[in-house]
Amino acid sequence: MKNLIDFFSFTDSSTRYVVLGVLLLMSSSSVVGTFTFLKKKALVGDAVAHSVLPGVCLAFMLAGNKNPVWLITGAFITGWISLYLIDTISAKSKIKEDTAIGLILSVFFGVGILLLTIIQHSGNAEQSGLNSFLFGQAAALVGKDLYVFGGVALVLLTTITLFFKELSLLTFDEAFARSIGLPVRALELLLTTLTVLAVVVGIQAVGVVLMAAILITPAAAARFWTDDIKTMIALAAFFGAVSGLVGTYISYVYENMPTGPWIVMIISGIAFTSFFFAPKKGILHKLFRQIRIKNKMNQENILKLLYQLGEEGKDFFVSRSISDITTRRPFPMRRLIKGLRTLKRQGFLKEKQRQWTLTKEGKLKGQRIVKLHRLWELYLTEYLRIAPDHVHEDAETIEHILTPELEARLEQLLDYPSVDPHASEIPYNH
Amino acid sequence: MMTKEAFQIILAGSLVAIPCGLLGCFLILRKMAMVGDAISHAVLPGIVIAFLLSGNRDSLTMLLGAGLIGIFTTFLIEFFHRMGKLQTDAAIGVTFTWLFAIGVILIDQFADQVDLDQDCVLYGEIAYVSLEQWTTSDGTMMGPRTLYVAGTVLLLVIVFILMGYKELVVTTFDPVYASAIGISTALWHYLLMAAVSVTTVASFESVGAILVVALFIAPPATAYLLTENLKHMMVLTVVIGVLVSLTGYYLAVLLDGAIAGAMATMAGVFFLIVFLFVGVRKKRKVQKTLLTAPEVIPKHD
Amino acid sequence: MIEHVENPILEIHDLTVSYDRKPVLWDIDLTLPEGKLIGIVGPNGAGKSTLIKAIMNLIPSNSGYVKLFDEHLEKVRNRISYVPQKESVDWDFPASSLDVVLMGRYGQLGLLKKPRKADKEVAMDCLRKVGMDAFAKRQISQLSGGQQQRVFLARALAQQADLYFMDEPFAGVDAATEKTIIDLLRSMSQQGKTVIVVHHDLQSVTRYFDWVLLLNLRLIASGPVESTFTQELLQETYGGKLTLLSEVSNLMRKEGFPHRELRKGKSS
Repeated sequence: MKNLIDFFSFTDSSTRYVVLGVLLLMSSSSVVGTFTFLKKKALVGDAVAHSVLPGVCLAFMLAGNKNPVWLITGAFITGWISLYLIDTISAKSKIKEDTAIGLILSVFFGVGILLLTIIQHSGNAEQSGLNSFLFGQAAALVGKDLYVFGGVALVLLTTITLFFKELSLLTFDEAFARSIGLPVRALELLLTTLTVLAVVVGIQAVGVVLMAAILITPAAAARFWTDDIKTMIALAAFFGAVSGLVGTYISYVYENMPTGPWIVMIISGIAFTSFFFAPKKGILHKLFRQIRIKNKMNQENILKLLYQLGEEGKDFFVSRSISDITTRRPFPMRRLIKGLRTLKRQGFLKEKQRQWTLTKEGKLKGQRIVKLHRLWELYLTEYLRIAPDHVHEDAETIEHILTPELEARLEQLLDYPSVDPHASEIPYNH
Repeated sequence: MMTKEAFQIILAGSLVAIPCGLLGCFLILRKMAMVGDAISHAVLPGIVIAFLLSGNRDSLTMLLGAGLIGIFTTFLIEFFHRMGKLQTDAAIGVTFTWLFAIGVILIDQFADQVDLDQDCVLYGEIAYVSLEQWTTSDGTMMGPRTLYVAGTVLLLVIVFILMGYKELVVTTFDPVYASAIGISTALWHYLLMAAVSVTTVASFESVGAILVVALFIAPPATAYLLTENLKHMMVLTVVIGVLVSLTGYYLAVLLDGAIAGAMATMAGVFFLIVFLFVGVRKKRKVQKTLLTAPEVIPKHD
Repeated sequence: MIEHVENPILEIHDLTVSYDRKPVLWDIDLTLPEGKLIGIVGPNGAGKSTLIKAIMNLIPSNSGYVKLFDEHLEKVRNRISYVPQKESVDWDFPASSLDVVLMGRYGQLGLLKKPRKADKEVAMDCLRKVGMDAFAKRQISQLSGGQQQRVFLARALAQQADLYFMDEPFAGVDAATEKTIIDLLRSMSQQGKTVIVVHHDLQSVTRYFDWVLLLNLRLIASGPVESTFTQELLQETYGGKLTLLSEVSNLMRKEGFPHRELRKGKSS
């Protein structure tokens, strides 16, 4: 607990810097990642991330120290070269883009590892810490480094704000952007540059290997909550920042806990939560919706059946037992009873001594389903040329989905017919 | 003159590079290079857990576990793609970074119990191949253990490709047609993914989790530029794999760096040379196919 | 307008197909005669390719069944051949024309068996039939669009099937190839084979086919070309959008509605 207070009270000035830095790094890379994600270039970002390693090492070899300006320059150069090569290889040969990405990613990383080991073996005292580029070391980010990387992050955020409109259009509809005279090439160049910079900044937090997570995962998580690009960007930045904060905290408090992987764990956790639990798009929501639809169909089928029985006996308000119902239509017993109870609770049915009777509202509802069923059957035979003996199955589903608007249009289209293809009367509610 | 140690390292490198390259031919033709990349990262937690459970480098458990976790990875990617409606590239990215992060955390957490460290993850221990000998119960020295593991996997991969050649080819070239003539695309997809996972794990100790990707992709991509015949492509891939191992070793010795890194570097160099001399010349109008898993993608007419 | 036949080679009963829960084919019900050259005609997005893919069980269908030779697909797969759209594969694949045609033999060969000499001879013979024998060793990436289509056709021939489904074999081919293909299809149908072709060029329908299906989300007509390929039915196929139907389809996708209730009940 003391750690928690220590960490978040910012009493320690270095912690304050770290927290601020991580927030900036993570949110800015997540924002750029949203654009690469929407442009379906997520894995290109992964390739750039791996490709900055040789740049960092070369810069160190040439400069002889870990001056962040040099390292950023080196990283920027090789990151750019990697993107150029991916484009060239997939444009100029029969090699496809995914192969080009994998090739550049692994080879550049290999060169980086070779250089890194050469540096390590050279015995340069300055070299300790270069390793942090591999898995990130946000917790150790201090002083001058922080200013430089934080500066780059601010530049990123400012640029995105300035060009927000153009960049969103570019990711959403490139052809349209071109047609209204936007400099698409220049904008793509800008986005590419931003991606490289985002990687350079982001690897401070999570390292080269896991950088893809920062470019992809916050954006993917945000996508489940919204369709609006502004909200999505804000959410991605927020998710990125939160995971950066928590990840850094964990490695601050516990020993032997690497920052980068923990940040990735947190952001993945957020993403999985979003995949499953987000309203509307989440997997669970979809499953629940299926169950709701099934229940609705079940209930409507019961009302429909009671209505039809009433239709035959010319009295809709006769009490019926469960076996009266099941002899007509083999409902699974559990579903039937569950449906009956719900309908009773909702006031569509009355029950007395296990005898079930439609209420007025229940009759109306059952009548509507029967009407929709028969209207749809008529529609299928008249407009789709489907034989009358084949339309029933379809109508069994469609009767549950037609909205009042569609119902009205269907009536109008068919000119308020009185009977369906099987000569059953179509009941209207006069 | 090659020392015995050098020979063993180059041999180990070749034994790793050949099965990777052979499977890589199918990966790149299926436009699944990045799925291969994802699997190679994702097996890491499996390796660590197998270490923790068995307490040693019991290769069999590890290979079996790897096959499973590789399939799990592919399944997870497809799950996010289909159920969550997440675009494929993002599904790949989310899945492998998560699993790899778990792996790294486990390594750091159990550093004292697991004979693995981040360096090994990154560039393997091929330099120490000859240190760990396989000794039989009566004490006979049978040579480096790694060679046996890699050799067995090489054999398995060759048998797999020979037995399933027809099916692999037709499900790669035209998965819809393959389904139409009754060949299960899903089955061969998962078999290939399992083979990739097993090969990754076997190669992991030697070259690390990430550089193995270079061996999966670079030699086949180079060979692909050189020929338009699949069998020739596979033979060339083997040749390039051996060359990569050979030249990579000497480059590493020359520069005093990691052998695995040098091998990946050489793989890139070979590709670059071929690309500059033949790749560009053979450019054709190619319909750029998007990154998609080779499922039978329904297409409206 | 939907003519049914006795002893059909293909029978489709109440077939409904959806993509992503959105129905793209509604209640298809048809029977087709044996030994005919049959065209499937309809506008873009009418579900023509979808229909043959659903028949071949390449995509799942929501309801209904398909019978081929009065059997289920699995039992008669060897008697059926399918030619996908040329664009569905990557022609940069490292293979020769002969390699591709040999794939036509894989279905019969089964697991672990390599193509034998006899298979190669069949493949060569099929290449000859499409006028591509001189290109047997040519890499497929170096073929023209028309030649690639012929190779696909030869692969189908190599299956030595009785029933052929072809997805747009005339799309993007040169005039010479078009003539070769139609001559070949005619001679196949003369030998009693049944060929079902997805076709988009209305000009040639009467010249090419004996029997025609008019399709647009639902089956509008099926019958001999002379009586079926009429102005009135074409009007119905190509004109008059069924806005209500497509709105219901979209609603089903949006709401994640199942297309069929699982239980069957008799009412209405």
